[in-house]
Amino acid sequence: MNSGIDLQGTFINSLQDLGLPPGISKLFWMPLPMILMVIGATVGLLVLVWLERKISAAAQQRVGPEYAGPQGSLQAAVDGLKLIFKEDIIPAKADSALFTIGPILVILPVFISYLVVPFGQNLIISDVGLGIFLWIALSSVQPIGLLMSGYASNNKYALLGGLRAAAQSISYEIPLALAVLAVVMMSNSMSTIDIVQQQSGYGILGWNVWRQPVGFVIFWIAALAECERLPFDLPEAEEELVAGYQTEYSGMKFALFYIASYVNLLLSAIMVAVLYLGGWESPIPLDRLAGWLGQPETNPILQVITASMGILMTLFKTYLLVFLAILMRWTLPRVRIDQLLDLGWKFLLPVALVNLLVTAALKISLPFAFGG
Amino acid sequence: MFVLSGYEYLLGFIFVASLVPVLALTASWLLRPAPSGPERRTTYESGMEPIGGAWIQFNIRYYMFALVFVIFDVETVFLYPWAVAFNRLGLLAFVEALIFIGILVVGLAYAWRKGALEWS
Repeated sequence: MNSGIDLQGTFINSLQDLGLPPGISKLFWMPLPMILMVIGATVGLLVLVWLERKISAAAQQRVGPEYAGPQGSLQAAVDGLKLIFKEDIIPAKADSALFTIGPILVILPVFISYLVVPFGQNLIISDVGLGIFLWIALSSVQPIGLLMSGYASNNKYALLGGLRAAAQSISYEIPLALAVLAVVMMSNSMSTIDIVQQQSGYGILGWNVWRQPVGFVIFWIAALAECERLPFDLPEAEEELVAGYQTEYSGMKFALFYIASYVNLLLSAIMVAVLYLGGWESPIPLDRLAGWLGQPETNPILQVITASMGILMTLFKTYLLVFLAILMRWTLPRVRIDQLLDLGWKFLLPVALVNLLVTAALKISLPFAFGG
Repeated sequence: MFVLSGYEYLLGFIFVASLVPVLALTASWLLRPAPSGPERRTTYESGMEPIGGAWIQFNIRYYMFALVFVIFDVETVFLYPWAVAFNRLGLLAFVEALIFIGILVVGLAYAWRKGALEWS
């Protein structure tokens, strides 16, 4: 198995060559991938917002943002800049402490989840054993923040929005976790790296989507619901609840909600790519191609090419799924709250349980195809 | 060194990630204009004078959903170690999980039948 590019080892070794002790060298390394990942997520968010506005405009035969930057590509950054300069309004009747903690609690878990996002064998901040489970655990912290800000606003629309967010979250978390469970069972590990590796070797044919088609659909629906995307955007349904839990928010605190929702969509798309679409793997197995060309795995140029291809493939799959999500937004009407709960509890949950048991049965009967 | 290897990065990343909201709010705090007037701080209610507050008792309707959720969430957490170790446990573990899930499915069917999963 190709171990891939090892930036951490190279970096620490070169610092040690300069005469630094290993502990200090590691300390120098630690913040680098984290800061890169946060910056990467923010840039990804700006691209995503621009894409959303452009594609939405195209779906409605409008032009969309046009003036800020080429094709309006800087529009999202300009909007963000504008929100920094906006007055901070805390309603007189609101609970100001909870009102401020709410948005922070919404955005923090989303960014922390990027800890387990893999872009390659070693291109991950930390391959912790909990992996995908950490993401599930963190994603259930977010509704507490939504509920908190909805309650703290002391506004009826906001409170209803917060309560709906909690209802939605509890209905879709279980199908989501059960769909992930089936994948975890196939890879015998919760680590995101292991999950991708289990799909490697056969190109597009090895991806989990062929072995877990039902899980893929369940996961995608549940992920859209967790992100509060249309058709599941009930917590902020603007025709009913003004803006739901963010009704009273303005300025930077509103921006935090906005950032959190889009970074979360990006994260969910990455997770779909990792769990079902082979993560950083190319549709054609690159390892074998290099083998046929007679290149050794340790060839540095080859390693750089494979690593960059891995990052590109991950981003390509992610944005393809984002594109799908945006198209779905303009295609499907919003569901009603009782339909939403029915879909979660009476359809997705039983199907996810059956999917899990079928996966377990197949794993016993066909161990070679389902991860031994 | 660390029993849970790799988790020192989690601590570090919690710190780095918390810089995002802290920096954003600090920058806004330094740059934004001072709040102006009590009018803006009234609660928004579609242009009407708000009638009463929102901190009242009312039926949130999904109390039963929340109870069922707790049961199934705990179930899912129990199933995770089972799934990770499944390849070493074999057929017996499968039968055991089948019984475990079966009991819960009966519970779900009961809740369904009793109307706990109805929004009304």
